[in-house]
Amino acid sequence: MRDSLRELTLTRFREFVREPEALFWSLAFPIVLSVGLGIAFRNRPAEIVHLAVVGDSAAARAAQDALGKSSGIKAERMEPPQARLALRTGKVALVVNAKIPDSIEYEYDDTRPDSRMARLLADDAIQRGRGRADPQRVAERYVRDPGSRYIDFVVPGLLGMGLMGNGIWGIGFTIVDARRKRLLKRLMATPMSRAEYLGSFVFSRFFLLVLEVFLLVGFSAIAFGVPVRGSLVQLAVICGLGALAFGALGLLIAARPRTIEGASGLMNLTMMPMWVLSGVFFSSENFPRAIQPVIHALPLTAVNNALRANMLRGAGLDVVGPELAIIAAWFLVCFVVALRIFRWR
Amino acid sequence: MTDTALAIRGLHKSYGDVRAVSDLDLSVPVGECFGLLGPNGAGKTTTIEICEGLLEPDSGEVEVLGMRWQHDEHALRELLGIQLQETQLSEKLTVAETVRLFRSFYKKGRAVDDVITLVQLEEKTRARVGTLSGGQKQRLAVACAIVGDPKLLFLDEPTTGLDPQSRRQLWDLITQFRAEGRTVVLTTHYMDEAERLCDRVAIVDHGKVIALDTPRALIASLGAEHVIGFTLEGEPTPIDETALRALAGVTAARRDNGAFELTSKELRLTIPSLLAFLERNRLRLAELRSHSATLEDVFVSLTGRHLRDA
Repeated sequence: MRDSLRELTLTRFREFVREPEALFWSLAFPIVLSVGLGIAFRNRPAEIVHLAVVGDSAAARAAQDALGKSSGIKAERMEPPQARLALRTGKVALVVNAKIPDSIEYEYDDTRPDSRMARLLADDAIQRGRGRADPQRVAERYVRDPGSRYIDFVVPGLLGMGLMGNGIWGIGFTIVDARRKRLLKRLMATPMSRAEYLGSFVFSRFFLLVLEVFLLVGFSAIAFGVPVRGSLVQLAVICGLGALAFGALGLLIAARPRTIEGASGLMNLTMMPMWVLSGVFFSSENFPRAIQPVIHALPLTAVNNALRANMLRGAGLDVVGPELAIIAAWFLVCFVVALRIFRWR
Repeated sequence: MTDTALAIRGLHKSYGDVRAVSDLDLSVPVGECFGLLGPNGAGKTTTIEICEGLLEPDSGEVEVLGMRWQHDEHALRELLGIQLQETQLSEKLTVAETVRLFRSFYKKGRAVDDVITLVQLEEKTRARVGTLSGGQKQRLAVACAIVGDPKLLFLDEPTTGLDPQSRRQLWDLITQFRAEGRTVVLTTHYMDEAERLCDRVAIVDHGKVIALDTPRALIASLGAEHVIGFTLEGEPTPIDETALRALAGVTAARRDNGAFELTSKELRLTIPSLLAFLERNRLRLAELRSHSATLEDVFVSLTGRHLRDA
């Protein structure tokens, strides 16, 4: 490596690690976010349904016995006014009313999902208690695999968002800041090669990329068991190509502006739609069919889809070919246009 | 290598309607310290940045070390040292890292430690640029300019905004560089700086060279070596300036509001003559000063304005 390319790369790296805020936002923040989302959306054990039994008849006692045997139900004996209040305030989801002999009445709000669920569970327990036999034999097997939970969905999204943010901010701000401080002009007054100046961003970006990906993927694998089912080398290829595309986008944004304010506006304008549309926190399939082609053409959508295919489905690069093509196209177009319109002085 | 370090012919540069440089010619021989002296906005920075290949002239020819920017940009960059006005070097880097970065751009150059010693920043080698004082930052900028061992050094207002001690340190540095037989082209709006450092000075105003010579010859062109300034007590009195010019030894007289300025060949003749004149006209002095003529006085006599308020 030439001296100048090494010194420029070291400069990029020093400028980055000597800025504690930058370190936090680019390396620690995605992890903090994954912890928050992992806790907020963790899968809970099946919930216990609370309900009230009213009345003192034989039917009431039989119902309570039957309900007591069912594991997902907690039934409590209550007086009618007390039961009505408990239902209204949501303490119980259903009132089983057995005041009239040989007849049971379910009192509940049929617009409440938990009440409808409680009615099904309670009725099932009571009917079985009275000797109902099911015509069809069934067995149950619980499937709670890692890979289909919310945290599994969101970690690749956070990874993609990090690649975008660090590429656009990291490269864009540094260049615009150098132009604003006339440092870029000063560098142009030396024999420094422009290719090496831009190359130093690529090298330092790749180095940080390894840290960034390793920290987030490693942390979420250990803390939440988020799987990486595809090949790690192929995951690295996707991340590397994504970083190039977002770096080129950052370069394009930074090609002209002379002020940080001007660049910030352009950066937000670029990133905001992708934060919303590209399936970081929720699936982009939720948006109307008419705008799906646009969403699929966005670089972050392509990166997120490719990352999810690799990490969650173990898909190979051949499967994510279209996504890789989109990412590569963004890189090429942004890079060529950026070089053509770049304001060096 | 030619004997001419810098040759400019018929240089023009406009920004919209504003003519920054207008038909400017200059020639600087190798080994000279050449100064562009003029008020802010005179076109000094535009001129020097065209010479540095950072701005395109509208028309005119620029030859640097016998080469042209259009053909030999890469070779020229290796031979020039440049310090720009208002460059902010990266605050996160240390002094040594900054100089090493600039050294890495040049094929040949000086040792990083030597340059840091030369600009007297040895004690700050490991200090971040952000912690340096203005004078230290400026010396670091000069260090970055000379680390490529340039044949020609361009300095744009190198001491603007510095305290007297920092200015003298920079002057020593430039004098030393110049003593090694290299060429320096600098801009300044301080006449003392130009007088002290430069072999020849071009006085620039409104994008034109209005005088060009050694500082001594420029001052001598006033035809006088002393300047006497005085103000009078009481209401501003109309004094005939021709009467003042008739005083012994006086070569020129001018009036700026209530203040008068005489240039004189011989102070010992002019002062008694002036006092006698005031006595005759029943005028009383409020203030009387005199100093040896400077480039500032040359500028005033050429433009009728002072450098600092031009």
